[in-house]
Amino acid sequence: MLPTSIAAAIPARAGVGLKPEHYRAILESAPDVAFFEIHAENYMGAGGPPHRYLEAIRARYPISLHGVGLSIGADRALDREHLARLRGLVERYEPGLFSEHLAWSTHDTGFLNDLLPVPYTRATLERVCDHVDEAQEAVGRRMLLENPSTYLVFAESTIPEVDFLAEVAARTGCGLLLDVNNVEVSATNHGYDPTAYLDAFPAEHVGEIHLGGFAATTDDRGARLLIDAHGSPVDDRVWALYRHALGLCGAVPTLIEWDNDVPAWPILHAEARRADALLARVAARPHGERRAAEDLHGTHAL
Amino acid sequence: MIKSATALALASAVTAMLAAAASSSGAAEGKEKCYGVALKGQNDCAAGPGTTCAGTARIDYQGNAWKYVAKGTCVTMELPGGRKGALEALKRDLPKV
Amino acid sequence: MAPTLSEIQAAFAAALVDPALPVPDGLCGPGGGPAARRFAVYRNNVVVGLTEALRARFPVTDRLVGPEFFGAMARAYVAAHKPASPLLMHYGDDLPDFIAAFEPAAIIVYLADVARLEAAWSQAYHAAEAVPIGIAALAAIPTDELASVHLTLHPSLRLLHSAHPVASIWAAHQTDGPVMPPEPWEPEDVLVVRPEAEVLVHRLPAGGLAFLAALEAGAPLGVAVERATAAAPAFDLPRNLAGAFEAGAVIAASISAAVQALAETCP
Repeated sequence: MLPTSIAAAIPARAGVGLKPEHYRAILESAPDVAFFEIHAENYMGAGGPPHRYLEAIRARYPISLHGVGLSIGADRALDREHLARLRGLVERYEPGLFSEHLAWSTHDTGFLNDLLPVPYTRATLERVCDHVDEAQEAVGRRMLLENPSTYLVFAESTIPEVDFLAEVAARTGCGLLLDVNNVEVSATNHGYDPTAYLDAFPAEHVGEIHLGGFAATTDDRGARLLIDAHGSPVDDRVWALYRHALGLCGAVPTLIEWDNDVPAWPILHAEARRADALLARVAARPHGERRAAEDLHGTHAL
Repeated sequence: MIKSATALALASAVTAMLAAAASSSGAAEGKEKCYGVALKGQNDCAAGPGTTCAGTARIDYQGNAWKYVAKGTCVTMELPGGRKGALEALKRDLPKV
Repeated sequence: MAPTLSEIQAAFAAALVDPALPVPDGLCGPGGGPAARRFAVYRNNVVVGLTEALRARFPVTDRLVGPEFFGAMARAYVAAHKPASPLLMHYGDDLPDFIAAFEPAAIIVYLADVARLEAAWSQAYHAAEAVPIGIAALAAIPTDELASVHLTLHPSLRLLHSAHPVASIWAAHQTDGPVMPPEPWEPEDVLVVRPEAEVLVHRLPAGGLAFLAALEAGAPLGVAVERATAAAPAFDLPRNLAGAFEAGAVIAASISAAVQALAETCP
């Protein structure tokens, strides 16, 4: 079904989260966007307009597949039917990247519809590594695992988040999806320095970056509490962190996530162009060129 | 067994329909392929956990004493036969659930 | 002894869905500080996310009762019904049944049926693709064998009976604004089908629902006609048969479906 002329591979440029509100604008104006990212679960129906639009858009652009419901961090078996559905999407749409979250969402009470946090312990690490192995095997693709935004911490945690992610990547061969907005959200919520977090992040494993908007409220003590709301422009602090991250990671595919209060297409496209401009500056530097060459050959320095 | 009257009725209905279809051949053909209505928030309004909610106020879980007063279009639809669209019977608190 | 991951998640999940429970032990803010408002963010994400998913799936129901009423009703549903899977497109399949038993909505006698129509609409929206056939497919079948023909209906097809003019109400409330009640106010049978890209909603003539329901259950054409006539003596065969094809509700016709099905199960 797919024209072979449109490659699956995603370049080190900016993409945008695909929303139904923008299907028409994308098909009619053919914007210069490097790729579109879909939430896998939205395209797990049997047929209908979602697949009709996605087929048409995939025929013109690379796609990345971002799962939100696999529940990798749950202390229960992965849902094999869900893995099969993910594999079906991979086979049908040939996404250039496949990613999921370091979080859990499924329990005996049903699907809990949020990305819930995990305690960073050896036991959790074992479970997450097993699940990443199983998912990569079942879906037939390398996965990128995303750092979470969290609102609280577990007293049981013994491993720093960046170390936890680095060990999962090292043991399973998965890559990492660095969500820079999540870094700002979690750092604010837990009172640490987001720049130091980025400096400690295993940059060599980063295969994609996410940027999005947060909302702000206050916690029990009246301190600033950020919510990963994806309903507003990328904050200036997150843009600054993104520039820092690009210095560490080189140019990598970057996604603008805007899922709630979705703006008109030109506003969203402008966010992507802003990321593209920063990516172009990095790509022009020798370090960025080296990164791009490594990516092309899939030989990430470890 | 199918009654012969049914079989006859079917035969004549189909024969007539085929004749009608032949005279307006291809009316259904060449229909422009389209993608359909893209339902805004067709199912993904809540698909991004962590992206589900901009609201941060605590949900008022004790809010079971909510006044269930319909304010939608049902209110303006007075039904025939003495039945009412909505309003006054709804102006009461829901018992604790 | 430290709790296991399983125990930690069980306690987290229990408190997440039951606001009467305290925040689980071991969850904290910076410096071990309190986490009640922080935990509430997760509770809020779950409830608001699911409530808004229902609002997106049932826009006319929302419009009929207004956003505040709908939000409160949806929250009551969410409290008792969590999604069975991460495929939220299926969430709310039983919201119509919930509305039918939801006492504050009882006065709006047609509300549950409008929700049923909306559930059917979104099921059809996401249903598998199939190519409808035209009436010409019957030309190859000898007229004396028509009663034995099996018609395969489109996978998106949904049928609905209402004691109220549910399709007329639904159609009249597609946009905001003043609405006159349907005239005449009478029961309606409804066919929902997505033959191509668009979901179509049709009112069915007398006996049409029994006719299509019989075909959907696998009855041959002759049996379907007799069931329709039994259900509604005024059943108009040419109108209903032509209507089914014109609606794009038929995707295959065969005189030997039963025989073929048997053959496929035997090696």
